[in-house]
Order: sequence, then C-alpha cells, then structure tokens
Amino acid sequence: MSEPLYSWGRYPQTPQHGHACAWLDELPGHMDKVIASHATSLPFGNGRSYGDSCLAASNEVLHMRSLDRVIAADWATGHLRVESGITLAEILALTIPRGWFLPVTPGTQFATVGGAIANDVHGKNHHLRGTFGNHVQRFGLLRHGQPELTCSLTENPELFAATIGGLGLTGVINWAQISLMPITASQIDSTVVRFANLAEFFSLSAELDHMHEYSVAWIDCLAKGADTGRGVFIVGDHARYGSLEVGQRARLQVPVTPPVSLINNLSLRAFNSAYWRLHPGQPTAKRSRYEPFFYPLDRILQWNRIYGRKGFEQYQCVIPEANAQAALHELLTAIAESGQGSFLAVLKRCGDVPSPGLLSFPMSGTSLALDFPHTTALQEVLFPRLDAIVRAAGGRLYPAKDAHMSGSDFRQAYPQWERLEALRDPSLLSRFWRRVIL
Amino acid sequence: MKRVLIIGATSAIASACARLWATEGSEFFLVARSAEKLDQTAADLQGRGAGNVTLHLMDATDIDAHPAMLQACMSALKQIDIALIAHGTLPDQKACEQDVNLALKEFANNGTSVIALLTLLANQFETQRCGSLAVISSVAGDRGRPSNYLYGTAKAAVSTFCEGLQARLFKVGVHVITIKPGFVDTPMTQGLTLPAALLAKPAQVAERIVAGIARKAPTLYAPGFWALIMWVIRSIPQPLFKRLNL
Repeated sequence: MSEPLYSWGRYPQTPQHGHACAWLDELPGHMDKVIASHATSLPFGNGRSYGDSCLAASNEVLHMRSLDRVIAADWATGHLRVESGITLAEILALTIPRGWFLPVTPGTQFATVGGAIANDVHGKNHHLRGTFGNHVQRFGLLRHGQPELTCSLTENPELFAATIGGLGLTGVINWAQISLMPITASQIDSTVVRFANLAEFFSLSAELDHMHEYSVAWIDCLAKGADTGRGVFIVGDHARYGSLEVGQRARLQVPVTPPVSLINNLSLRAFNSAYWRLHPGQPTAKRSRYEPFFYPLDRILQWNRIYGRKGFEQYQCVIPEANAQAALHELLTAIAESGQGSFLAVLKRCGDVPSPGLLSFPMSGTSLALDFPHTTALQEVLFPRLDAIVRAAGGRLYPAKDAHMSGSDFRQAYPQWERLEALRDPSLLSRFWRRVIL
Repeated sequence: MKRVLIIGATSAIASACARLWATEGSEFFLVARSAEKLDQTAADLQGRGAGNVTLHLMDATDIDAHPAMLQACMSALKQIDIALIAHGTLPDQKACEQDVNLALKEFANNGTSVIALLTLLANQFETQRCGSLAVISSVAGDRGRPSNYLYGTAKAAVSTFCEGLQARLFKVGVHVITIKPGFVDTPMTQGLTLPAALLAKPAQVAERIVAGIARKAPTLYAPGFWALIMWVIRSIPQPLFKRLNL
C-alpha cells in the first residue's frame, strides 16, 4: 500500500515506498518492473532491522511481507519450506502444536524468514546452535534478469554463503527451507540470578552456559564504579513436561509517537535499578511461556515509538573472548558516564559454531546491545568513543542494528566485504551499503 | 473439520479465511482462474493442516461452466458445510463511464456471475438443509457514490439477492451471510490511496468472517466499525449527498 515504510529505529528517517507482490510466480516480473523504473531496489521484510541496512538507496523497496505461504511441511522430519515474507511468529503458530520450534530465534518474532537469513540472526542459544543460517537447508534466490537459483551448501554454494548475512544484496530470497527443532512442551524452564558486576557475569556464564540451551543477561547500563556491569543472568531450556500452546497476541500498543523521547536519564535510572533489585540474589528456578522468555518486548506493539519522532539507535557490538571483559568494562563505564542508555542492555556470550554466512555478525566472544534515543551528540560524542574501544579490542558492530559505523570500521571488521560486493546483484543497493562501501 | 467450497479462492480475503479453516483439518474445493495461484494456495493450506484439497479452474463469468463445477465439487466433498463466494474485481469507475461494454463486463464480474452461482448453490443447499452460504459483497453496495457506483451497483444487487435468499433458505435451516468488507489491504486495492486508519489486513477481516459464519450472523461488516461508518453515510440526506464527492 501507499503507507511509507521505515526501519525499526526510525532513524535515518527515510520513508520507503513499498512495492508489494502477493505471488511467488509473479515476483520475477514484479522485480523487473520496479528495477526498470527505479534503477535499484532492495527486498524489505517486516522492517525489524534497526538502522539503514533495510532501506533502499532508491527508497523504493520490494515489499516481501505478502509472500507468507507455506510451500511444503514435513512434520515427520521437521523440514519446513516457506515463502520468505512469513514471520517467525507465523511459523511458530504453525509448528508448536506439532511439536516443533525454531532452532534459532532472535529477540523478536516479528522478523521475516528472509530477514532472518539476510541478517543471519542469532539468539540466546548461539553458544550451542550458532546462527539462523546454520539451520537453513536451501533457499531460492532471484537475481535481476536471471532465472531463479536454488542455493544450498552444495548448489551455488558461493551465493549460499554470501546471501546468509548478505543484507539482501545478493538477490531476493523468495523461499527458504529450514530445519526445525523438536520440543515436547512450549514452556521454558528457566533459572534467574542477579550478579553484582562484570566479573560475576563471566563466571556465571562459564559455569552455566554449557548446561543450558538458552543463556542471556540483562544489565543495568547506568550502574557505575564497583557496580559496573551488574545485572540479571537468565538461563533456560525447553520444558520436558507441559503442553504445546501457541502464544497469545499482543494486546498492548504504543498508540502514537510522542514528540520527544519518553526515555530520559531519570526514568532510566529508576527502572534499571528497580529491575536489578527485584531479582533474586540466589539462583531461582522459574517457569514461563515461551513468548515472554524470548520476546519480552513483542508484548508491546510498536514499542519503538516511545523514543519519539527522532527515533533511536541500537548499539550492538561483539568483542572477541580474550578482550571481552576489559573492553566491556570500558564500554559500560563510557555509557554510564554519558548518562544515556536503555532499559536493560543485553549481554550475551556467543559461541564458536561457525556460520555458513560470509558476513555473519557473531564471533566467539561477548555481545552487548543497547538502545539510545537518537541525538546528534550521540553520533558525535558517545558513539565515536565506543567505536574506538570496539576497534581496539578487535570487535565489530552488527550491520542489522547500525546507522552510524564508518566505512573503514566496517571494512576492517568484515574483510569478506569484497567477496560480497563482487557477488552483489547490481540492481540491489541499500543505504547502508552505499554508506560503508560505495 | 468442515467441507468448504471457495469461489475466487486465490483472493486475499478468501485465502486468509481458508487458512483459519485449514487449521481444523478442513477439506477444500477451491475454484479460481489461475492454476499457478491455486497450486500455491493449496500448498499453503496443506502445510497448515488442511485435509483433501481439490482444485478446479473456472472463470466465474463463464456461467455455462457452473453446473460442472458444482458437480465436481459434490463428488469431491459429498456435502458443502461452507460455500464462500469471494471472486471479484475493482473496476475503474472513470473508464466504465466511457465504455458501456467494460461497464457491463465489470457488472458481470461482480454482480451477475455471483447471482448465477447463488442460484445454483441455493438449490444444492436447499436439498442439503444445512450449511452456510457466505457471500462477499461490499460496503460499496450500501449507497451509490460517485467514485465507484458501478462496483457499488453490482454489490448492491448481490446484497439484495442475498437478503431474499436468506429469507428463503432460513426456513430449511440454511444460513446465508452477506459480508461487507471495508478497505482491505489486498492486491485488488493496491495502487489506491486509502486512509491508513481505515485499512484492514486480510487476516483481520478473515477472523471476523470465520467467526461470523460460525455464529450464523446474517450480515457482517468487516471490520465491525464499518457498520457505524455506513450508518452515517446512509443517513446523509440526498440533497447533501449529491453535492459530496465520496
């Protein structure tokens, strides 16, 4: 429709005009038409990338969301073939009653399968199962002016690797076949414990990660001094006993975009502190439905609006294991000093399962993610300071979340960019790629 | 499990309804013009839990082909629990004002073809003495508006026909429901500039339709707030209405 599309962070605020296509067999012709009139385009899923990686240089995107059909489902083996515009939530609604779950899921279930592949997303079980791309068997790829290619580890393997984490630049993923993971219940058995500082986080992670499918920590990014890096450690596993129940629809919604961000130093400090204090000091067993465990923010539709009209930026970096603790301490100190930051920053120890993708973000190390309301000062003062710490520690930023990283940082952190650029479909170009490469 | 006949099965609203019935393991007889689109729709429904899905190619305006379609449907489903008539086009009103043949063709797409199908199906349902006959009409049929009165006229004919049929079949236990969707974000409305606040998703409309059929509602605005909007539009006095460009 004519409604403009934005990225999740609503910064940069470049409205995209969506060209929707409802049928797989019409997609090649549709793509030809859009490219003929606008020179370049970019596939757009459900707009869950934060920065400008999902925005087309031409501002004319191929809107894939209506391509949400199941193509084939084998409930004996858990192999599911779907059109690429289906969301993870829609997949779960289908698979949970039959005893299957996504082997890897990011922190929102509203991303599309195409988006999950193009950003090679990861989740709370990265230390065991790697990225989403590790569970993609094959997919269809449409490159402008060519017949559909099937890509897998054995068919067109180079394009398979380049497309996983390829930011939608190598072609349009029109369908994908993924492997599901069997579950006997949809509930999650979790254990929660708070920790007082970063050192405790690392020892908890070393002690608990290998024993649990899922592991993540929320931290109070405003805590200073001896409290730096205090937070809440959460591990979980699919329950062995329970029922197979699909989650309920979100009922809350942020109805309008306020003129200014509702996130300020005061609200933040109070919330973060209270959140930390409300959690137990001793490991405590809990049980929850899968949606609050994996997708706490999905409960409030369009929560991105609370950051106001100027939007927000997420800063997500991963620091290699050897430098992680020191660099994270520096990062958190810098953030706490700035007084800016988000409700709950996310800390996650990534594992060493290699992704098939060329430009996959995770590496063996620790990843930190947090949101900031967009301001000019953020880009001019705090982010350059954080970038310098990440650079010195040999870490990198996540393109799916990014709206600021410099071309030189990107090219240094992702040396495979040259291969991706060589395999890029020249008719597809994002604002991100134009910013960091061209 | 229901046995469902859908005419215009590849339409966005129809396939969204079918998805909901598919999750209960329903069987389908799907009728549409395009084999490719029928295949994609059938695979989707089967992936979502549908039982047998039979596909039938037919242009709804080819009235002579209707009896053979119904026969094939009966031999596949044995009994129709729900028949959903969902085919249609959105005519270019301005072009229809200049071209009589186009206007009549569009009237056939949205009006006479539906009346022909309903005439045939009514007799089948009268024999069955059970089931629901669901017809997608439109809010556009509630009043003739200058922006699309040809479409509105065809839908008004369908709505009135359904009202009569409802009274006829009610006596033998057959439920007839007239569905009046407002603006829905579908390929049919692509390219139109519609107010975002009023634009519904097919899945949202489908949920209301499926629930309306289940509780045997007689007429159904979808989404429900259109009942209010159309009540206001119907209440505008003629001297004022003719001066508006709705």
